[in-house]
Amino acid sequence: MSVSEKDVRKIARLSRLAIQDEKVPVMVDELNGILNWIEMLNEVNVDGVEPMTSVVAQVLPMRDDVVSDGDQQAAVLKNAPKADSGFFVVPKAVE
Amino acid sequence: MTVEASTPVFTAFKTARPDQWVKGVTGDWEIIVGMEVHAQVAANSKLFSGASASYGGDPNSHVSFIDSGMPGMLPVINKFCVEQAVKTGLGLGAKINLWSRFDRKNYFYPDLPQGYQISQYLYPIVGEGELEVESEDKSTIMVGIERIHLEQDAGKSIHDLDPDATYVDLNRSGCALMEIVSKPDIRSPEEAANYFKSLRSLVRYLGTCDGNMDEGSMRADVNVSVRRPGGELGTRCEIKNVNSTKFVAMAVAYEARRQIEILEDGGSIDQETRLFDVKTGQTRTMRSKEDAHDYRYFPDPDLLPLVITQEWVDGIKATLPELPSAKKHRFINDFGLSAYDAGVLVADKEFSDYFEEAAKGTDAKMVNSWLTVELFGWLNKNGVEFANSPISAKNLGGLVKLIQDGTINGKIAKDVFAKMIETGDEPAAIVEREGLKQTTDTGAIEKAIDDLMATQPEKVTEAREKPKMLGWWVGQVMKSTGGKANPAIVNDILKKKLGIE
Amino acid sequence: MTDLTKLTLKSALDGLSKGDFTSLEITDAFLNKIDAINPKLNAYTLVTHEKAREDAKASDARRAAGNAGALEGAPLGIKDLFATKGYRTAACSKILGEFKPEYESTVTSNLWRDGAVMLGKLNMDEFAMGSSNETSAYGPVVNPWQVEKKLTPGGSSGGSASAVAADLCLAATATDTGGSIRQPASFTGTVGIKPTYGRCSRWGIVAFASSLDQAGPIAKDVTDTAIMLKSMCGHDIKDSTSLNVPVPDFAAAVSRGVKGLKIGVPKEYRLDGMPEEIEKLWQDGINWLKEAGAEIVDISLPHTKYALPTYYIVAPAEASSNLARYDGMRFGNRVDGKDLIDTYEKTRAAGFGAEVQRRILIGTYVLSAGYYDAYYLKAQKVRARILEDFTKAWEKCDAILTPTAPSAAFPLGQKQTDPIQMYLNDVFTVTTNLAGLPGISVPAGVDVNGLPLGLQVIGKALDEETLFAVAGSIEKAANFTAKPNL
Repeated sequence: MSVSEKDVRKIARLSRLAIQDEKVPVMVDELNGILNWIEMLNEVNVDGVEPMTSVVAQVLPMRDDVVSDGDQQAAVLKNAPKADSGFFVVPKAVE
Repeated sequence: MTVEASTPVFTAFKTARPDQWVKGVTGDWEIIVGMEVHAQVAANSKLFSGASASYGGDPNSHVSFIDSGMPGMLPVINKFCVEQAVKTGLGLGAKINLWSRFDRKNYFYPDLPQGYQISQYLYPIVGEGELEVESEDKSTIMVGIERIHLEQDAGKSIHDLDPDATYVDLNRSGCALMEIVSKPDIRSPEEAANYFKSLRSLVRYLGTCDGNMDEGSMRADVNVSVRRPGGELGTRCEIKNVNSTKFVAMAVAYEARRQIEILEDGGSIDQETRLFDVKTGQTRTMRSKEDAHDYRYFPDPDLLPLVITQEWVDGIKATLPELPSAKKHRFINDFGLSAYDAGVLVADKEFSDYFEEAAKGTDAKMVNSWLTVELFGWLNKNGVEFANSPISAKNLGGLVKLIQDGTINGKIAKDVFAKMIETGDEPAAIVEREGLKQTTDTGAIEKAIDDLMATQPEKVTEAREKPKMLGWWVGQVMKSTGGKANPAIVNDILKKKLGIE
Repeated sequence: MTDLTKLTLKSALDGLSKGDFTSLEITDAFLNKIDAINPKLNAYTLVTHEKAREDAKASDARRAAGNAGALEGAPLGIKDLFATKGYRTAACSKILGEFKPEYESTVTSNLWRDGAVMLGKLNMDEFAMGSSNETSAYGPVVNPWQVEKKLTPGGSSGGSASAVAADLCLAATATDTGGSIRQPASFTGTVGIKPTYGRCSRWGIVAFASSLDQAGPIAKDVTDTAIMLKSMCGHDIKDSTSLNVPVPDFAAAVSRGVKGLKIGVPKEYRLDGMPEEIEKLWQDGINWLKEAGAEIVDISLPHTKYALPTYYIVAPAEASSNLARYDGMRFGNRVDGKDLIDTYEKTRAAGFGAEVQRRILIGTYVLSAGYYDAYYLKAQKVRARILEDFTKAWEKCDAILTPTAPSAAFPLGQKQTDPIQMYLNDVFTVTTNLAGLPGISVPAGVDVNGLPLGLQVIGKALDEETLFAVAGSIEKAANFTAKPNL
């Protein structure tokens, strides 16, 4: 498998990364270099192997339903590039 | 551990009843509907953080650093939310998956602080179940449940505070939602609305969701497609965030009609996400196709598989309350209510709880009629919420008891009812205070009759010839006794005195 | 008066305890040295003079009141990946700008609980992605060894390693996702341990790849890392992957010896073209342990060569999702665009460096529709195979000895143009991250140019004590006393 310029543009869009036109071919080469190297995994027989998502062999711990956090509007907004009247202010988002 | 992934498959497409078909210019069409209902878990805190999950509050005040997606923050699951999902599943007779998993659904939006939603994609906590739903012809159908999974709600984007900017409030961000996914078993706008209604009733019975539509506690994504009766399936459109029973029906009806018109004009349906506009009753395209979504689901590495025990599930099962369908059947059998009346009462747990309390030790059918005709009528007319009813269940039951034991008659009861609305007082106290007690003193009634007969001898003669005049005489006696005379006694004495058989 | 900065953590704690000097004195000594030396090394991105002196004074007061903690008065450096409340935490990325968290990471909280003093924030590769500290938005860190040659201290914890090697702190926090503690330790003649996944809470540490990230210390010797680790780790209910297990007295294990231990030597770690001196160093290690009474056994970890490619699927995939929150909406730098999407794209393109962007793109690609099974799912299965290799190995041995890195420190700029060459730095370390196992790097010798080289000991899950025992034994035998000449 190898990526095309179209693929690079698509994944850049999905990743919300602006990519300059002249950088696209460079990125195609770099990603293909890495992906070709990764192809090595095709040599491994993984028949019947369960995918491993975590190395931790315990079950998910659960917490009680108690309000123990929040009520800290100023702290939440403290690092915001833009805030007003208790809200985060962001560029117009239209559905 | 090996677990079968449950991927939604569209199986067993039953054909709609002919009375549900939609007439087009070129022939009949059938509507196929499946729904994804998001029900917010009635929890104190959020699914993965300890911030308050209650509605309202100052913007960004119910927000932890987890909910605002700050660097290095990690989720820890709320046990109560897991329990509510299991409970809802049990209420739907569904399979509970003892092993489930959380995945990340990746996309960018300002009200999605982490840049992903934690959801259960491949391995939901609840599998297949079913829900009994009333159809428009009063028959019941079973709507299959595909799955229920737990996921995080997003925050709220407010677009009208500033013409050039969007304001974001994350109070809702991270609240626990149960996404209840139906099979595409629904065949008409009414069925869709009734499904939503029945589901709401169920979660309210269970107490797993407050079902408050105004606060967005329940929202439906409605998948609609049309096909020729029994024919090949059409392309479906998803109508997002419909938040009332009425709107569900309207959205399905509009969307089906829209698709039929396109198809009959020789066009084709684009699979897309649409929005229902409550002002126009129409649906419109929500997202452009160019920006196709690819959510890149993968298991959330901050969480471990959610493993619960059968023992725990059994414990939850033991606490389940009586559910609407069982209660309906009990009301029919034990109280002799009609299926329709029982259906109205069990539709809302508040109604049935009220009914049962009011009917304690008295005539249940009479209570039903006072509740659904008189009280509902008054509440509706005056726009008062049932929860704020001025008459308590105990007092309504008391009123029926007064009628039953002959303390007051039906006519006086209406006056007492009006006074109860006005004051909230106990009916017995009102009757006492206002002196409305029915007169069963035959001497007093005889005297009243004798006086009337003396003043209107010609009517006496008339009545003897025409026994139907008895009704007029009863009315006269009631009037002269201020409505308090026992109508049955009046009847008996009149018959005797007038010599009517 | 002796140069307090040259003390080990252990001896400094002893000196503080005996009243030979105060925390304020040793803190001032470090601050002065940082002011003098840091401009040459760029190990610190933020020096918190005032806070350090306040912390030190408070520590001296606690000690006077008889309330000394395990790290009472010890001045430490903190990798910029750890959230420090009120102090810039940028993961050495432009995108976080001047982000000052309103919260403190669990690991640093544990250190302050035990009485430690914060000197400042340490440089690193941007979001811990790199093996040479060259991807930092704050510029590369220079290895204190042979400063004039401008060598890399390794990465991503290059600032931590450089600062410890140059005596700019008693010890430092670091993190390791593929080798980011052990490779810099090897490059700087310091000791670094990545504990078992789940030992240290990840809460408050900027995430790179959640299933691999693990915090640990870099310090001057094995005992110091043991002391540091004991304070850093412990169960944390705020991290669902944190292990609820007791924390042993790691330092007590350092002098335990290796008599009777079986040490595995994996043949797959013998790479083609590996420098002879690394080969020799490894053999030295084998001989030392044998002499100390350990039994050496040949083992096989057949999937070793697949660890790096597996890592370069798993880590970028998780990172592409973990880094989605850096969008300029709620914190950090925002670059305004013509609309929302344009703002996102400009913000992230300007805020992330080239390597971070490369990894986000790879991660996005391997998770995207149509490629998930071929890449991500496959990698998860190979990851299971790699763990299986170790599980089988533990039937034959108690710990495994390998080189830490395939080379000594290399000049800054040398490998920047070829990502895969750079990735190969982690070839010996990445397997333990994939398997969740502990690994420690201990300096064992120098190469022909006099640059330090480390040996790595890999242990069973939660068996850090054996790791410390083996590392302690190597340390004793190697008698590595060389120090950078600054």
